[in-house]
Parts: sequence; C-alpha cells; structure tokens
Amino acid sequence: MTMQEPKSFASSDSSENGLFKVALPTRYNFDRIFVIATWAATLFGLVVLAVLSIDVLVDGLPRLNWSFLISYPSRRPSIAGILSPLIGSIWLLVVTALIAFPLGVGAAIFLEEYSTDNWFTRLIEINIANLAAVPSIIYGLLGLQVFVRWMLPITAGRSILSGALTLTLLILPIIIVASREALRTVPSSLRQAGYALGATRWQVIREHVFPLALPGILTGTILALSRAIGETAPLIVIGALTFITFLPPISPKGLQSPFTALPIQIFDWVSRPQAAFHNNAAAGIIVLMLLLLLMNATAILLRNKFQQSR
Amino acid sequence: MTTNPSSTEQINRDLFRPNRQLNKWVELVVKTIFALFALVSVATTIGIVLTLIFETFAFFSEIPIWRFLTDTQWTPRFFNPQYGIFVLISATLLTSTIAISVALPVGLLSAICLSEYAPAKIRRWLKPALEILAGVPTVVFGYFALLLVTPFLQKIIPGLQGFNALSAGLVLGVSIIPLVASLSEDAIYAVPRSLREGAYALGATKRETIVGVVLPSALSGIVASFVLAISRAVGETMIVAIAAGQNPTLGLNPFVPVMTMTAYIVQASLGDTPAGSLAYRTLFAVGMTLFLITLALNIFSFWFVRRFREKYE
Repeated sequence: MTMQEPKSFASSDSSENGLFKVALPTRYNFDRIFVIATWAATLFGLVVLAVLSIDVLVDGLPRLNWSFLISYPSRRPSIAGILSPLIGSIWLLVVTALIAFPLGVGAAIFLEEYSTDNWFTRLIEINIANLAAVPSIIYGLLGLQVFVRWMLPITAGRSILSGALTLTLLILPIIIVASREALRTVPSSLRQAGYALGATRWQVIREHVFPLALPGILTGTILALSRAIGETAPLIVIGALTFITFLPPISPKGLQSPFTALPIQIFDWVSRPQAAFHNNAAAGIIVLMLLLLLMNATAILLRNKFQQSR
Repeated sequence: MTTNPSSTEQINRDLFRPNRQLNKWVELVVKTIFALFALVSVATTIGIVLTLIFETFAFFSEIPIWRFLTDTQWTPRFFNPQYGIFVLISATLLTSTIAISVALPVGLLSAICLSEYAPAKIRRWLKPALEILAGVPTVVFGYFALLLVTPFLQKIIPGLQGFNALSAGLVLGVSIIPLVASLSEDAIYAVPRSLREGAYALGATKRETIVGVVLPSALSGIVASFVLAISRAVGETMIVAIAAGQNPTLGLNPFVPVMTMTAYIVQASLGDTPAGSLAYRTLFAVGMTLFLITLALNIFSFWFVRRFREKYE
C-alpha cells in the first residue's frame, strides 16, 4: 500500500462518490429537528397539565363556595356538597397514617438497623419491589376478602377501618423504601459514638438515629399519604358508598361506620349524565387537588428544612 | 475474678456494671416487633395470592375454564351468562396499546431532553412539574378524558361515540408519561461520559451520539421503564372505567365503548354483589387474570434488566 498525498486523498474519487461525504449541514438539520422534538415532548406534559387545570377551574370555580363545602351530597346537583366525602377522606387519611407510619418505619428500622444481608431480608426486599408493581385494584380485592369479609367482627364490613387498612397495605412499600433511604443518610459515626458510650442498639436508634432521620421519613410518609388520598379504585371495590348524609362519630365507633371519600364522590358525579353534576365534580376536583398541593408543599418544606440542617 | 474481693472493689464493680437484663429484654422485644412489621409486606403478597387463588378455584368449579377462555361474550349478569375473558382482555389490550403509543415516544423524548439538552436550571423546574403530573389522581384524568378530550376528538372524528377506547387510551398514555420519563432519564443519565466523548471523537453529532450510543447503552433501563409503564396501563382503573364505557365488546375498534378488566371490577363492585355468589367470584377470576398479566410483565422486566444490563466499571 502506498502513501497518498493528503491533497490527492481529499480530492480522490471516493469523496466524490459519497463514501467520505460528511454531509454536515443535513445532519445538523436533523439534529435541530431532534432537539425541537425532545423539547416539544417535554412541554407536552406541562401543556396537558395546564389545559387540565384551566378546564377544571373554569367548570368548577363557579360552583365552589362555602355551602358546597358544608352540604351533604344530594340528588339535586344545585344543593349537593362534599361535606361527608371531605370528612371521610380526612378520616381515611388520619387512620391510614396512624397505622401505616409505625408499621412502615418499624419495618424500615428492622431492615436498615437490625438485620444483616440474609435470605429473610432479601425475601422482604423482593416482596416490596413486587408489591409496588401490583395494580391498586388488586389491593381492593384483597381488602374485600380479608378486611370486609374475614375480619367482619372487627371492621364491621365496608367501613372506614377496612378502607384505611387497605390503603395502608397499598402505601406501605412506599413508606418503607423512603424511610430506609432516610435512615441510610444518618452517618454511621453517630451510631458508633452511641455504642462507644455503652448505649444499646435500640437506645441509639431511639435517641439519635430516628430523630435525625425523622424529616426524611415524614417527607416520604406524606408523599405516600397523598397517593392514598387520591386512590379511588380499591375503595370502590371495598364498597365505599356515594350517598352518605351523616358524619361518623369521633370515637372508635366511627371507625366502623360506612364511608365515602372525595375521589369516590367525584367518580359518582362524573358518571352521571347531567352537566350540573359534572360541574360539581370539577369543584370537588379543585378541593381534592388543593388538599394534595397542601400535602406536597408540606413535604417539600420538610425536605428543604432537612437539607439545610445538614 | 472469683477471689474474695474487698468491699470497695465490689462497689466499684457494681458501679461500672449496670444491670443490663432489662435492656436485653427491650432489645429483643423491639427487634421482634419490627421484624413482624417487616413481615407485613410478605403477608400482603401471600394474602393477595391466596385470596385470588381461593376464589378463582371456586369460580372454575362452577364455570369450566375452557368456557372462560373460549366464550366470545362477557355477559355474567344475563339469564344465559357467558364468561369470555378475552372480551375484557381485548379491551385492555386496546386501551393499553393506545396509551403506550403515546407514552413511549413522548416519555422517551422528554427523558432525552431532561438528561441531555435541558440546562440544569430549567431541569430543576421541569422535573417537579412532571412529578405534579404524576401525582394527579386518576379519577381527575378520567374527568379530563370524558369531558374534554372526547368532545374535542368528536369534532375531528365524526363517528366517535361518547364513551370510547381512544380518548381513554390517549389520556391513560398522558398519565404514564412521567413514569416513562423519569425512569428512562435515570437510565440515560447513568451512561458514562466517556462513551459520549468517544462518539464525538469519531465525528458524530449530538443526535447521532444519543441515538447511536447513549440509547443502546441505556437500553435495559429504558425497556424496564417501558414494561413497567405497560403494566401500569394494564392495571389502571379509573380512566378506563370513566371514559372507555362499560360495554363488553370483542374486537379492537377504538371508536366504540369497550370494557376493560379493571372497568368490569369497578362496575361489578358498584352493584351490590353478595359475597359467595358467582358474580362475586367473577371479580376474583378477572382479578387473577389481571394479576397474572402484570406479574408476567414484571418478571419479564426483571429478567430483561438482568440479562441485558450494561455494566460500567
């Protein structure tokens, strides 16, 4: 093989018949189209979000007033309100939080602080990963069979307690994963210092690790709860009612009363043919979204506070 | 230490050896309780599987499985009931396919944008915005599909019915865009810089680098996000229950009302189904089918990631 002159190489046949043609302008044009496509795709989600919000606000705002908040659902759309669904959602939220928080944090502490890497831990980890991918309506079937039917004497059937227990199982994996991450960010030197002073494992966790991880754990829990508050399908399967005109008493007896929730009421109103009910649904959606925004804002505030203190 | 100690030594030793018996008990109790809490997740899985299997067997003892698989109609409440699960599966397939064909390209492109093109400042705002979209309850998307998207589409497509698989599928797709985008972005972001620079050194443009080098390197993660999105689309309930209608028809026509597996479960739950009846058991038979489909998808995703994961360093 003989060396060619650079000049003759540049003007050789191969460049003219296209083998070495770099065609940069064309390729750059494709690049530009590609960039525009990716930006369009990214903005698409935001545009949908904007259209959705505007549509809901336009339909729902005229309907949203104080009497809408403090009236019970009714067959007449003009006087129907969301008092019982709103209170029902708050009941579910509180009860779910009271059950799910200790369960999730306890499980996370066990996995992160006590257990070593053995078959038991791995079994639980695989389980949690799998549970995250189970459709939520399947949890509804589980709740229907286990909480509504088998545990009838305790839960009194289709009750707030059954709903809260089902939602607990649904969000437990999220809380466990978030709590484990929060626990992992606590430096291990802190634990070593505790042990060096003669504290037991539980004392170190209780007095040092847990308080430091708490903001992170709370953030995760609030986000999980905001998922629970929007869940509709499992509650429908369990048998939430859509026409409740009383408030559950604030006592253990209240746990056993039948329930409804904001998403259930919205679903009911959307499914009706009359446009007036659709506007009620939009107003209900505004309240639900405000509730969610409030919870998310709390979570973000907690996260920011946590990040600053470290 | 058994030689007779003087009294002062005895006191000193007691001082530095506090009674630890109680602490040991507390330690054991705490550990056991937390281990039991961790077991709740395992119990949930077992509970789901047992419930579904138990009631599904009861169902198949009354209705032979071949009827479940070969009937061409789904009419469990009629006088002469038929239980053709493929009617519901075809509808689920239809809505999921529409959803996926929206969510995959849009999600992947926005993942590329977030990871490769967007400046850090804008990215800090875009990601939380997409998270908001992910946090919108599905019942709200259902409202959106039925009352905004369908009337809009009816202006373009004349024969479109009020309930249809098309708008349900489209909105379902929008609802899973954030999932695809954020998981794919993680995978794309993890591709090491050196690979990109190698491509630039060979004279590739940015687009060629992304399409030819970065995406193939991130393939396992991207496919995993796709499969997860498909599984989410199959199991999603409220959007299809509200906007796709409640009409079990076999076929893949996106312009007419259809009934998905999840929509059937919702419809049957709304009507009061007495526990132990055949109608009650169809819930679990359909639930089992849904569970098996999503499980198969998840196992495939796990397998694929394991098999094709690129290892850097």
